Amino acid sequence: MRRILSVLSCALVCLALTLPASAASLDSFKGLSGTLDIAGGTAHIPVMTAAAKKIMEANPKIAITVAGGGSGVGVQKAGEGLVQIGNTGRALSEDEVAKYGLKSFPFAIDGVAVAVNPANPVSGLTAAQVRDIYAGKITNWKAVGGKDAGITLYTRDEASGTREVFWKKLLKKGDIAAAANVVASNGAMKVAIAQDPNAIGYVGIGFIDATIKAPALDGVAPSQQSAADGSYPVVRKLFMNTKGEPAGLTKAFIDFILAPENADLITAAGYIPLTK
Amino acid sequence: MPVAHSPSPATSHGLGHGPGRVPGHVLARTVLAGSGLLAGAAVLAIFAFLAWFSLPLFRGDGLAATLSWSWRPVRGEFGILPMAAGSLALSASAFTLAFPLGVGVCLFACGLGPRPLARLVMAVVRFMTGIPTVVYGFAAAMLLTPLVRRALGGSGYCWLTAALGLALLALPTIVLLLHARMEAAEAELRLTAAALGLTPAQKLLHAVLPACGPGLFAAAVLGFGRCVGDTLIPLMLAGNAAQAPASLLGSLRTLTAHIALVVATDSQSAAYASLFACGLILFLTTLGVNLALRGLRRAPAGRRLRPGGSA
Repeated sequence: MRRILSVLSCALVCLALTLPASAASLDSFKGLSGTLDIAGGTAHIPVMTAAAKKIMEANPKIAITVAGGGSGVGVQKAGEGLVQIGNTGRALSEDEVAKYGLKSFPFAIDGVAVAVNPANPVSGLTAAQVRDIYAGKITNWKAVGGKDAGITLYTRDEASGTREVFWKKLLKKGDIAAAANVVASNGAMKVAIAQDPNAIGYVGIGFIDATIKAPALDGVAPSQQSAADGSYPVVRKLFMNTKGEPAGLTKAFIDFILAPENADLITAAGYIPLTK
Repeated sequence: MPVAHSPSPATSHGLGHGPGRVPGHVLARTVLAGSGLLAGAAVLAIFAFLAWFSLPLFRGDGLAATLSWSWRPVRGEFGILPMAAGSLALSASAFTLAFPLGVGVCLFACGLGPRPLARLVMAVVRFMTGIPTVVYGFAAAMLLTPLVRRALGGSGYCWLTAALGLALLALPTIVLLLHARMEAAEAELRLTAAALGLTPAQKLLHAVLPACGPGLFAAAVLGFGRCVGDTLIPLMLAGNAAQAPASLLGSLRTLTAHIALVVATDSQSAAYASLFACGLILFLTTLGVNLALRGLRRAPAGRRLRPGGSA
């Protein structure tokens, strides 16, 4: 009996040594309890909720809440200690780091793609055309090879990380016409574009599905592959931020997200994992 | 809430004297006075808080920066006038739609319409008050927006769509308040009106409605408050472009939607600070409308007595 036990424990130790992370990732929540509140960037939500579901199923004593609000809310709430993890779709500004003492954990790359209605015949745009459209210089789809119809502009609010990437990397900090409609989330953007045949907007690549169409940009089709290999330029990193060094449940959660064997959670949401 | 049509003056007097004899009434009065004071103090505190936090803006050149027509935070322009104009335009148009409609519905339910249909209408209106704003917003974004886009062009997210949605939202508030007053007035004036040989329509238009002055006022104030204060309908339907409202089919942004959109930015930014000025403007607008309507109500007070007096 004792021999069998020792062989078994030996085997277990070997197993633990060969697969350290996978054994550790869900196991690291053993013995932990309490609540973990997450808020901020809306692009992070699918990854966060998928991870939270897995963890809470394995350990019912842990309650994880995931809320949106945008990158600005992520900084503010984490900084003021209202949540343990504040998500941002952009790197923190020096002021924000200095004020709150936040620590950032990048975990994924997300591309931001121009999106149009699937009924729109335009299948490719140049970056210059997109800039002119958003500046209000091009106002008809005919000018970029589409049908004769006015272009309806959709953009995001100033707190949006998606907007920031789009504005910096694609518009090169150019103007966005004041007449552009403003929507408050990636989801609302998708709904608006899916309904409006003359719409142009932008979403995280992870949000592209059959309801909207992403025209090629300067000949490069926006996809996770083109974003990962660097050929598609409009990309950003997704961050989790904590006030100071994370500990306990917060640290376990961040390690779980960064663990290579959980990369499929990030891939499933349409992003490229940046694992440890 | 079917009201029993018993002789109402007697009933109301009986109720009026009832609580006076209950021994626990001191406690009840204290609790009521306390909650009244608390509510008043809360409003004052909100005003003080808004004024205090928007104070930095009103010093130096902050005020000029805030009271401009250009909202471009990346260029350091924080003008909130387009949003103030948007709020005013949208709530005024929605109120102009909702108030006459509300009065019409009340007249219909109080005797102009056939009774079963009137009951049905009131049941629907009561049901409407219970529907959360976001449901109105979502339903309108899915149904009304495409309709407006197809019929009139543009993106569909515009002043008109939001005004229609907002009018629908404010309607039950106006109807329920006014209907309760009209029912009470109708019960009091019924015998007089019958003695004078008035038709139901004459009775409602010339006796009941004029006797409901305070009710009309209260319904107007609450209805307008609902229009100016709602956030989700404009946020979901008006398009939110930070520009002065120019056309019914154009996109506009209200102060409330503006606060909701910008509150998520860095709380250290000037954009964030300007939100307190938005809050202050909203607060003062509601206060101003309240006072203005109160003034309007006072003016024709003498005439209001006449139907009762001549009867």
